Amino acid sequence: MTRIDKRFAALKREGRAGLVAFVTAGDPDYETSLAILKGLPAAGADVVELGMPFSDPMADGPAIQASSQRALKAGQTMKKTLSMVREFRTEDDTTPIVLMGYYNPIYIYPVDRFIADAVDAGVDGLIVVDVPPEEDEELRPAATAAGLNVIRLATPTTDAKRLPAVLANTSGFVYYVSIAGITGTAAPDIAAVGAHVGRIKAHTSLPIAVGFGVKTEEQVRALANVAEGVVVGSALVSAIAESLDAGGKAMSGTKSKPLGLVERLSAALRHPAEAAAV
Amino acid sequence: MLALRMGKTRVIAETGAGMHGVATATLCAKFGLPCIIYMGSVDVARQKPNVLRMKILGAEVRPVESGSKTLKDAMNDALRDWVANVHDTFYCIGTVAGPHPYPAMVRDFQSVIGRETREQILKAESRLPDSLIACIGGGSNAMGLFHPFLDDPAIEIYGVEAAGLGIDSGKHAASIAGGKPGVLHGNRTYLLMDEDGQIEEAHSISAGLDYPGIGPEHAWLNDVKRVKFLSATDDEAVAAFQLCSKLEGIIPALEPAHALARVLDIAPKKPKDHLMVVNVSGRGDKDLDSVASYLSARGSNGA
Repeated sequence: MTRIDKRFAALKREGRAGLVAFVTAGDPDYETSLAILKGLPAAGADVVELGMPFSDPMADGPAIQASSQRALKAGQTMKKTLSMVREFRTEDDTTPIVLMGYYNPIYIYPVDRFIADAVDAGVDGLIVVDVPPEEDEELRPAATAAGLNVIRLATPTTDAKRLPAVLANTSGFVYYVSIAGITGTAAPDIAAVGAHVGRIKAHTSLPIAVGFGVKTEEQVRALANVAEGVVVGSALVSAIAESLDAGGKAMSGTKSKPLGLVERLSAALRHPAEAAAV
Repeated sequence: MLALRMGKTRVIAETGAGMHGVATATLCAKFGLPCIIYMGSVDVARQKPNVLRMKILGAEVRPVESGSKTLKDAMNDALRDWVANVHDTFYCIGTVAGPHPYPAMVRDFQSVIGRETREQILKAESRLPDSLIACIGGGSNAMGLFHPFLDDPAIEIYGVEAAGLGIDSGKHAASIAGGKPGVLHGNRTYLLMDEDGQIEEAHSISAGLDYPGIGPEHAWLNDVKRVKFLSATDDEAVAAFQLCSKLEGIIPALEPAHALARVLDIAPKKPKDHLMVVNVSGRGDKDLDSVASYLSARGSNGA
């Protein structure tokens, strides 16, 4: 069992959905980003998704594009991203970390060394958004063999014919993209998400985490009723962006603002008072 | 027509120089489809005549402000639009790159260039050409010309990449001469990137070649040595642009001017009866502003 499997099993025992928190590694700089990363579990994140910044993040909306650019400008590299995970693991050996990003930096690393270094650093899973199931032979088998979960995305346009291909060889959890489109650009329609998640559950026993466009406590509570995990990303990196000074440098709120948001959203999952009243 | 057959009611495309944008806008006007063209804001500024053409044809031109604000970024934003609107939108990619089956599809459509060349030269000269040459950004015009001749091994084929300020300067768009294999926009090919796999910004005076990658089939043709890849700098392209205009009365676009620059070295070494086909893939009227500002900058430097 990976840390991801263990964490979702524990959440099931607790009878609640988990909060999956996404931040981009190195945004706005290495030290601040590491401090935010280290603060996420205490703030209530059950799973951490750490973005590997890329120059051309095609699946991401303006908020995460900008965070990627800030991280790269501050000198973030793949080696530094892995070293952040290593530093995080000296204090926390239970919170799962999923690396999320695009294939080219992994391909150039190259793949076999990336997998070895990621496992060694304490990474638990990978989401590589521009590697479809049909093209994953040089990444997925080796990653799975090394003990990493390879997590795939299902979307509103993933139809019944394609769903088995997406779910085959997926492990850890399934990431359901709640809107057709890029990250953080629209609010999910909860009823439609529920129907889609139900359809996916008919094909898999894996936990399902729902993301893309989640910002508020109400959304988190509603999604917690239909899925095992709720992903929040663009809202956190936007909180980082809003805390920076005019020159893009970290200020006193750069760590506290995103962590405060994680605390609020996490509280909504742990004490779903309003949700119980529905 | 493919869009209509697939039941799509909205067409999007990316464009660099605007040639593909104008072509897409023309067809959308003909078939009454709404058309959105993504174009880097740098390219919108330097290719005004084509922007105007697209607008007159009824297309909406969306300037892209992310990244280097050129073709690569226009492609990113078109892909972002596509994933959000795939239920009703057809993405008409303008080059032989992107996810499968686009490179093969665009190649087959563009091959009309090579098929017509074959027909016309057989009629005019009663034989096939000895060599072919074309400029390459993503490489659609070149692939269109080359493809129907690939199985004629006697024909030499040259592709000319944009060397910008020179390959050694790092400011160029020559993916084969100065890049290495990677994965971007759904295809594996030669790309300009740093040692960490981050895509680097291309540089070329011509908007149509200003792309940090090259179609994957060109990468293969390079590796199997069927096509010889050369490059030409901004300076060489502008010199060829001027020379061709003066000697032939043809004002070529800056893109094919890169091919013409290499013709100037290759042609004199060939026998008198050598038949060379140069693909002049665009007209230069769209580039007059770029050339004028290039020449005035050069003049002010005292060159």
